[in-house]
Amino acid sequence: MGEKILMKGNEVIAEAALRAGCRHYFGYPITPQTEVAHYMAKKMEQIGGVFVQAESEVAAINMVYGSASTGARVMTSSSSPGISLKQEGISYSAGAELPMVIIDIVRCGPGLGGILPAQCDYFQMVKGGGHGDYNLIVLAPCSVQEMYELVVDAFNIADTYRNPVVVMGDGYLGQMMEAVEFRDEEPIVKVEKPWATCGSKLERPHNTTTSIYIDPDVLEAHNNKLQAKYREVEKNETRVEEYNCEGADVIVTAYGTVARIVKNVIKEAEKEGIKVGLIRPITLWPFPSASYEKYADKVKGFLCVEMSTGQMIEDVKLAVNGKNTVDFYGRTGGNVPTQAAILEEVRKIAAKK
Amino acid sequence: METVFKRPHGLTDKAFHYCPGCTHGIVHRLVAEVMDELGIEGDTVGIASVGCTYNSYDYFNCDMIQAAHGRAPAVATGAKRSLPGKYVFTYQGDGDLAAIGTAEIVHAATRGEKITTIFVNNAIYGMTSGQMAPTTLVGQVTTTTPFGRKPELHGYPVRVSEMLSTLEGAVYVERVAVNNVQNIKKAKAAIKKAFQVQMAGLGFSIVEVLSICPTNWGMTPQNSLKWLEENMMDHYPLGNFKGKDLEV
Repeated sequence: MGEKILMKGNEVIAEAALRAGCRHYFGYPITPQTEVAHYMAKKMEQIGGVFVQAESEVAAINMVYGSASTGARVMTSSSSPGISLKQEGISYSAGAELPMVIIDIVRCGPGLGGILPAQCDYFQMVKGGGHGDYNLIVLAPCSVQEMYELVVDAFNIADTYRNPVVVMGDGYLGQMMEAVEFRDEEPIVKVEKPWATCGSKLERPHNTTTSIYIDPDVLEAHNNKLQAKYREVEKNETRVEEYNCEGADVIVTAYGTVARIVKNVIKEAEKEGIKVGLIRPITLWPFPSASYEKYADKVKGFLCVEMSTGQMIEDVKLAVNGKNTVDFYGRTGGNVPTQAAILEEVRKIAAKK
Repeated sequence: METVFKRPHGLTDKAFHYCPGCTHGIVHRLVAEVMDELGIEGDTVGIASVGCTYNSYDYFNCDMIQAAHGRAPAVATGAKRSLPGKYVFTYQGDGDLAAIGTAEIVHAATRGEKITTIFVNNAIYGMTSGQMAPTTLVGQVTTTTPFGRKPELHGYPVRVSEMLSTLEGAVYVERVAVNNVQNIKKAKAAIKKAFQVQMAGLGFSIVEVLSICPTNWGMTPQNSLKWLEENMMDHYPLGNFKGKDLEV
């Protein structure tokens, strides 16, 4: 490990991608993630990589689709309204089983909404904003350091499973500067891509990248194959941080920046004699349901805190499966749940008989 | 015995699904013959689009990528940028290229992407059963212009080659037709030149091919060819719009 450097989250995303061997980036400007493109534009030209500023997010994701088809390690980045536009290409990419990394630095909506941080893209990323039965693998860092590590992992996971991987952070994670420590060498997983459409050299039958299967039985078999892959991902790639959960009176669950606020709440609550635990999903899909099941009948209740009107809470409730209560506290519009407000909600649950 | 005519290697042996009289088969063959003659099949990646040719990946023998509706030039951009030494072409119809994919084709040309577009213009949506395309002629009856295309309601047919030829990045632009043997030969020469322009790294190249759709025009193939000659060629004049004298 090297020295600690102070860097902005968005720049760390780009640097992490380059360290992971990404030499192909296609994007379109949108606040609050545009620094990713700035960094890529400069670095790619210096190192002979590919940077294209597309005419739209629609075009950018389709450029990624074309690049990924050739077997390249490729990335795009955007923010909520731009991600909505990319959903067509994301569905095609999931259908065609193309490895790629998609960064979503989330801002508040709906519509043009605002440019301040939010977590209101959970549904469109985790539940699949595009058409069809597919899953994206969604990684949710809570710090700039973790952003770096997860972006590197995202490329490995994408190649391993031939699936788009999303790294999703609220706007704070893109915009804030934090200390980051880069590894001397990245743990790059090399995956052969015999399926790539990169020119047959007349040495093999021609390859095809496609998501269309007109025959119903063939398409169903394709869907079943995708589902089998998703079950493997669930088994191997689910990540979660459980903090202070053993013997907790109340478990708060949150991801991203909000989880860090919750850690402060835990300290404050302890002073009042309330033991609070945190379940922080690091993969939003696959969702770490087992962690909730484990504590479902051991706590007085769960509290889900989000910078949204309640999206992840649906998965939390499914995981708790009616065995306990799941309360919600959220802020929107770019507002952040404060330590005091979360603590107040915790007190209410702790006061239950 | 000497073989004087055979299926080009650039085509698979799968039978086309196209309607009787459709000219897609001819255009496919021309692209395949050009790949054979230039010896580039093994170094070529084609982009299939959405429309009647959605599964042209079953017919072309080179590596193929199937793209979403209208997005072929963006997909081609990604493929070519990642494979700068290879040949990348898109095969698109007029619904795909001139309507939903207008932004993608204009900007691929604007950037001067070193790709080749084969643009098949039959003035109608074929696969979805004969709706008005941006290229549908004034007065032409389609399933969504049942009383004929009226400029005051539907606007005027777009001339893609003329429009793209105003862009610096588009270096070779030619409109051809596959209505008779002479024009088919010219079409092949244009397609070959377009690939050679790409080979030379000069910029974006496009060949617009006037074609027929007997099924959705509601005519016999013979009458369709006549209709193309008498109506389409008037609004869409054949010829080179750019890059005629390029040395390749």
